[in-house]
Parts: sequence; C-alpha cells; structure tokens
Amino acid sequence: MKDYTFRKGIELLALCEQAKLPIGEIMLLRELDESERSRDEVLGEMAKNLETMRASVEEGLSGGLRSVSGLTGGDAARLRAHAGAGESLSGGRMLEAVAASMAVVEVNASMGRIVAAPTAGASGILPGTLLACAKRRGWSDEALLLALFNAGAVGLVIAKNASISGAEGGCQAETGAAAAMAASALTELSGGTPAQCLHAAAMALKNVMGLVCDPVAGLVECPCIKRNAIGAANALLCADMALAGIESLIPFDEVVLAMKSVGRLMSPDLRETARGGVAATPTARAIAKRLEE
Amino acid sequence: MQNYGVFDIIGPRMVGPSSSHTAGAAKLGLMARKIAGEDVKKAKITLYGSFATTGPGHGTDKAVVAGILGLAQDDPRLRYSMLLAREADVDATVELSDEPVDHPNTARIELEGADGKKTLLIGQSVGGGNILVTNVNGLEMKFSGEYPTLIVRHTDVPGVINMVTLILAKEQINVAFMRVFRQGKRGGACMVIETDTPVGERVRQLIKDWCDPVTEVFSV
Repeated sequence: MKDYTFRKGIELLALCEQAKLPIGEIMLLRELDESERSRDEVLGEMAKNLETMRASVEEGLSGGLRSVSGLTGGDAARLRAHAGAGESLSGGRMLEAVAASMAVVEVNASMGRIVAAPTAGASGILPGTLLACAKRRGWSDEALLLALFNAGAVGLVIAKNASISGAEGGCQAETGAAAAMAASALTELSGGTPAQCLHAAAMALKNVMGLVCDPVAGLVECPCIKRNAIGAANALLCADMALAGIESLIPFDEVVLAMKSVGRLMSPDLRETARGGVAATPTARAIAKRLEE
Repeated sequence: MQNYGVFDIIGPRMVGPSSSHTAGAAKLGLMARKIAGEDVKKAKITLYGSFATTGPGHGTDKAVVAGILGLAQDDPRLRYSMLLAREADVDATVELSDEPVDHPNTARIELEGADGKKTLLIGQSVGGGNILVTNVNGLEMKFSGEYPTLIVRHTDVPGVINMVTLILAKEQINVAFMRVFRQGKRGGACMVIETDTPVGERVRQLIKDWCDPVTEVFSV
C-alpha cells in the first residue's frame, strides 16, 4: 500500500507530484490509511463539519447575538449591511467573506455551535471565506469538502512543526494558521497548483508573524472576533496573490519554523494569559474587573 | 498529541467559546455523570484556577452542569443548562475557589444520585477539549476518557492484576493503556485500564465473581 504520511510541506508537495493529485485528495487518502475508515465514512464526518460551519455562518449573520459576557455581538451583521450598501472601500465580495468569518466567532462567543478550525478562537476564517466565495463561484459541497481536507493538511504541517495553540505561539499560531489553511484551500478551489497553495499559506503566515494573543478579560471575544476579520482578508489576499503567480521567497516549511521560534521568543504575557497587549490596557483591565464582580 | 488526524485540525464540532473552558468542562461533567451511573439529583461543583477567574465568561459553569445532565460538548442546549437543571429537578450549585491547584483548569464535581449514592470526580481540562481525570471517589488516578475505560477497585495483593487481565485476554479485549494506583501497601488500590473495545456488564461481572480482592468494577 502506498504511504501518504508527511510531516513537512515539501513532502506533501512530493506526494501530490507523484500521484498527480491535489493536496485535498492526498490528505483524504492519508486519513483513510490512518483511521482505517471508508471514504464514505470520512467524507460523511467532514460533511457534518461543513454543515455545522454553514449553520454557524447563517446564525451569526442573522444578527441579534450577544456574547455571554455581553461585551460583543452584532458586528458581523453590521459589516454585511455596509457591504450591501455598495459604498464599501474593500469591495462587497471581500466584506461578505470577512463578515461571515466574524459571524462564526460571534456565534462561538454566544455559546453557539461551531467547528474549531483549527481552534475555537480562530474558527471563523476558514468557513467564512470558503462559504462566502462558494456562493459567488458556485463551488459544490463535494469541492468544499476536499478543500477542508486541503486546509487540514496545511494545519497539520503547522501543528506538527510549530503549534496551533495561542498559549504556545500567540495569535499567529491560531488566526495565522487559520488564514494559511484558508488561503491554501481557496487557492486549490480556484484551480491553483499544490505549490501555489503552499505559497499562499506561507504568505498568509508571514503577514501576521509575531501577532500576540491578548484576550481582554481572558475571553475569546476581543480582539479575537476582529482578528478573524483580518485573518479572512489575509487569506483572500494571499490566495489571489498566489493565483496571480506571486511566490513566497521563503518556503512554507521555513516560515512555519520561523513562526515557532517567534512563539518561543514571545513573553508568556503575550500568549493567552491576558497580561499583555490590549488585554493590559486600562480599559481592558476595567472591563475584566467589572466582569469579575 | 503526536499523530494528528484531519479532525484534530478541522474539528471538533463544539459549543463555544473555548475548547478548554467550555468543551473540556462539559466533558468533565459528562464523565462524572457516567461514573455516577444514574440520574443525578444534586450536584456541587467547585471551579479552580483559570476556571474560576474566567469561567463564568466562558460558560464553564453552564458547561459542567450540561455534562452532568448528559449533554455532549456540541449540544446547542448547553447554554441553557441551568434552566434544564431546574426543569429536571437537579439541584446544581457552582462555587468559585481561589485555592491553589496543580492545573489552572481544575473542577471538583460532587454528585448525589436519587438513592443517595455519592460520587466525587476531580479533573482537569488540559487543552483542545481534552480532559484528565485525577481523582474518583477519593482515589488518585489518571485517565483521559478518550478510550473505553475500566476502573477496578481492589485490595493491594499479589496476583490481582494478572487475574483481571487474564479475563480481559480470554474475552479478546485489547488493553491500550493501564496504570495501577494504591493508597499504601496492602491497602486500597485501583487499576485504570483503557481498552480498544468497551468492557460490557457480563465481563465486569466475571471480574467481580472471579477476583476476590476486587471490591468494585465500573466502566466509563
């Protein structure tokens, strides 16, 4: 039986090259080997994730949500209304994807149901960008499922060689990883090659290198919801750059290792402990104190 | 976690906002309910460390209660668990403690069943929605709940491990991980056996019948 295991991006590209298959398909074959489950079972499990993602985007865009703490909610619907008014600077398509991404994290903050991708705090970027673009482009659910496997492959390389946890690597490891995953998936869905997918992922991760995790009052709300907004824009932009033929000068695998070492250099105050960054501002401290009472 | 599958990256499906503070907390509650093995009438929950400081904002209290009521980590009713508890006539109280603990996300769950049987679970939410149970009914132990888990309480005497594992072997049940804990030489002890396939009532009864030093057997 053929071995589909890979640890590095370069190994993943070699597998794609040998089998003449896209990244999503290789990741699916790897999962079939590892889990000893059938193709239908594994695709069925991913279809449940896609269904939950779609429901979370719709719930969040319908508006009227408030987070458990009462700090956030309603911004996704606000942005979508602005996008629809036709006066936006970034363009309707971009803003629809960004609003959809924020919607999922607002649902998360209100104790709604989401799919961690790769984490709950970064759960908006992948579904928001994929589903908003699928609407415009007419991508089928079958194509979207394989795109989720593609994103899974990129997330896997980051998780194995660096980290996808804010406590270990800061926000770069969460929304940075999510943006890299989404950029790669969008590139594959748009007809890009496996190499272009990893260029898109590398560029997305580079763009937020050093981003700290500084949750106000320790909650997955501020600045997480807006970090998902910039993560979605980052993913779309990097996918477009890769599709335009722009390459990352630094290979994906090296960017991942650089991200890991930046995470290690970061003070623990900047890694999810709510002791640094915007979490340490007077306003954030006042909010935290108010919520404790 | 060394070997990631695709669903460790795209997943789990869960109720937010935090995999450790919400999904893991719900799992701890559900584990306590499974160990109690029956409908719960009373629940006293104590949250420590970061569970206590940021728990209320993450719905940690609601998540633990939801688990105790039998709801899974992705059940959308999780956010209404306090209401569901009242409807089900379950007296659930949550206390926040600033006592120091080993792990920042620790919960202590005391349950009382309809017939007055008491169950105690202490556990940690260790990240990504994964949990580690560290104490059941006063006995120190460690297990994750990722596998079907058989817990055997027994007296610390030679040969008891052999007796139990022989029965499992005869029943074609493969042991994935196994640890033995004891309170002292020849005192109360406990085996935690994580298996690839669940251990049913019949096999549990066999263990009770054939192994004299065994005092209690249950699966979660």
